[in-house]
Amino acid sequence: MAYIELRNVSKSFGSGKDKTQVLSNINLKIEEGEFVAIVGFTGSGKTTLVNLISGLLMPDEGQVLFKGEPVTGPSHERGVIFQNYSLLPWLNVRNNVGMAVKEAFKKMSKKERNKRVEDYVEMVNLSPAIGKLPKELSGGMRQRVSVTRALSMSPDVILMDEPLSALDALTRGNLQQEILKIWEKDKKTALLITNDVDEGILMADRIIPLKPGPKATLGPEYEISLERPRDKTALNHNDEYKKLRNSIIEYLIQIGEQRASKKETAYILPEIKPRIKPTPFKRFSFS
Amino acid sequence: MKDKSIHILNFVGLGFFEPAIRLAAGEEVKKNLIALFRKVLLPVLSVGLFLLLWHSGAMVLYTIEKDARIEKALTERGQEAADLERACIESNGKDCKISTLPTPSQVWSAYQSLLADHSIISGKKAAFLEKVSATNEKRIADGLDPITYTGRPSFVDQIWTSLKTVFAGFLLALFIAVPIGIMLGLSDTLRSSVNWLIQIFKPVSPVVWLLLVTMIVVTVSKGSDGDSAFTISFISVGLCSMWATLVNTTMGVSSVDKDYINVAKVLNLSMSQKVFKIILPSSFPLIFTGLRITLSVAWMVLIAIELLAQSPGLGSFVWEEFQNGSSESNSKIIVAMFVIGIIGFLLDRIMLTIQKFVTFTEETV
Repeated sequence: MAYIELRNVSKSFGSGKDKTQVLSNINLKIEEGEFVAIVGFTGSGKTTLVNLISGLLMPDEGQVLFKGEPVTGPSHERGVIFQNYSLLPWLNVRNNVGMAVKEAFKKMSKKERNKRVEDYVEMVNLSPAIGKLPKELSGGMRQRVSVTRALSMSPDVILMDEPLSALDALTRGNLQQEILKIWEKDKKTALLITNDVDEGILMADRIIPLKPGPKATLGPEYEISLERPRDKTALNHNDEYKKLRNSIIEYLIQIGEQRASKKETAYILPEIKPRIKPTPFKRFSFS
Repeated sequence: MKDKSIHILNFVGLGFFEPAIRLAAGEEVKKNLIALFRKVLLPVLSVGLFLLLWHSGAMVLYTIEKDARIEKALTERGQEAADLERACIESNGKDCKISTLPTPSQVWSAYQSLLADHSIISGKKAAFLEKVSATNEKRIADGLDPITYTGRPSFVDQIWTSLKTVFAGFLLALFIAVPIGIMLGLSDTLRSSVNWLIQIFKPVSPVVWLLLVTMIVVTVSKGSDGDSAFTISFISVGLCSMWATLVNTTMGVSSVDKDYINVAKVLNLSMSQKVFKIILPSSFPLIFTGLRITLSVAWMVLIAIELLAQSPGLGSFVWEEFQNGSSESNSKIIVAMFVIGIIGFLLDRIMLTIQKFVTFTEETV
C-alpha cells in the first residue's frame, strides 16, 4: 500500500461557462520515505495538487488517500511549506514557530515547547534572529522560518509548494542543501513542487512532470538513482545527471510546444481600413 | 538620548521637531536648516498669514457694520444722532458694541477672560465645598445625598464634561461595533441578512439619532429622578459614530489574507484560536482605522448633540453664548471653535499612537 495515493483525481474551479478543469485524472503513488519532485510550468496546477494532498482543497472526482485513509482536511501529519512563506507578520520568529509547536504538541509543558522551538530554529541557523519580526528578515531567512514551522510539528510528510522559487539563485542553492541535510536525518516522505528541473534532480528520488493545465495530468516519471549525498558542483560533470536532465527538459519543451500550438486561435477581423483625418494642427516631430 | 527622543516624536506623530533636535546636536547643519525651514518655519508662516487674513477680513466686516449703523441713524434720526452713534462706536461704548466676526486679538483676550473666569469659579467651588464639608459628612452619616455645587460651570469644566461624554460614547461604540463587526465579518449569512439595516442606519443624521434616543431614554428612565441629558447625549454620540468601526471591522475580518487562513487550517487551529490568533491581529489595522474615524466623528457630532440635548458641555456653551449676545460672545464662540479643533486633533494623535503600538506594519522588504 502506498503512503500517499491519488486515484483518478480531478479538480475544477469556477462554475458554468467559466468552469475550468485544472487537474484531470491524476494518478500518483508515493511510498514511505520517498522524496518525489513534481516539475511543471507556472499555472499548470501544481499548487492545486499540493492543496489537494494537504487537505486544503477537496477533489471533485477521485480520491486522495493518506496511509490508506481518504484525506478529509488539513492535519498535523502533513506539514506544508508555502511558496510565499505565509508567516504571520505580527508574530516574531519564536512565536510563529511556537504557534505550530503548541498546536501539534498540546500536552507538552511550556518549557519543553520552548526548547523544541529553540532547537528547530537552531537547526536552520536562525537563533540570532529568533526575536525578530518577519519584515526584518530577508526572503531566504523567512523561508527558513517557514521550513522550521512545518518541521517543528514533526509531520509524517512534508509538502513543499515551490518553496524556493521566490529566492535568488545563491540563496536558493544554500537552502536546497539545508533542506536536504535536514531531510537526510530522518528521511521523511517528501513531496517537492518546483519549476526548476535541476532542483528536482538534486533533491528527489523521482521526478514527475506535470503537463500544463487546463486539464493537467502527470507525465512519465523519471527515476533518479544518483547517490546521496549529492553535490551540486560534482553533479555538473556526472553523465547520468546530464542525460537525465536533458531528457526531462526535452520532454518539458515538447509538451510546452504542444500547449503553445494548441492555443492558437484565429481572430477574424472586420475588413475596415482606418480613415486618417487631417489634423488641424501641425505636429512637431523630433526625428 | 537624541535618537531616542526623535524616535518617540516620530512615533507620536510629531516628527516635524526632528530637524530642530538634530540641529541642536550640530548634525548636518545645512541639510537640517533646510528641513527646519520646510517643516517648522513654513507652517508658522502660513499660520501668520492666516491670522493676517483673518484680521483684515474682520476689520472689513467691522467697517461695513459700522457704516451701516451710522447710515441708519442718519436716515432715521438725522445728523445729530449719526454723530452720536459714531462717537459711541469709536469710544467702544457698551450700548453700541458692534457684533460681527471678532479679530484674532479679541479672541485672545476672550480666551484669557475665560481662563480668569475659570479660576474665579473654581475658587468659589472650593470655598463652597469647604463650607459644606461638615454638613455633608453629617448628611452622609444620616444616609442623605451630599450637597453639591450647583453654580455656573466654567469653560474648562464644560470641556471636561464634553470629553467625558465623548469618551462614554466612544466606549459604547467600541463595545457595540467591534464584537458585532467581528461576528458579521465571520459569517456571510449574518452579513447579508443585516446588510440592508446597516446601509439604512449608517447615513442617518446625528439629530435624528438624538431624537430617537430621547424617545427611548425618556420612557425607560420614567420614575427615576436624575439628569438623563448626559445619558441621552452619550448614547446618541455612540450610535452616530459607531458605523465607521462596524463597517471597518466587518471588512477587516472578512478580508483576512487567504494565506493566513491557510496557515490556520494547516495548523488545525480551533475556531477561537483562529479568531484571536489570526483573524483579529490581521484585521487590527482596519479596526483601528475605523476607531479613529469613530472618535473624530464622535467629537464632531458631540457639539451638535449637546446643543440640542441641553446637556452641559462645549456644545451648549457655544449655543448659550450665541443666544446671549454679550459683547464678548462672538469671540468666545471662536475660542470654543479652536478648542474643539485642537482637542479633536489631539484625540486623533492619541489614537494613532495607540494604533502604532498594537498593530503590525505591512512587510517593508
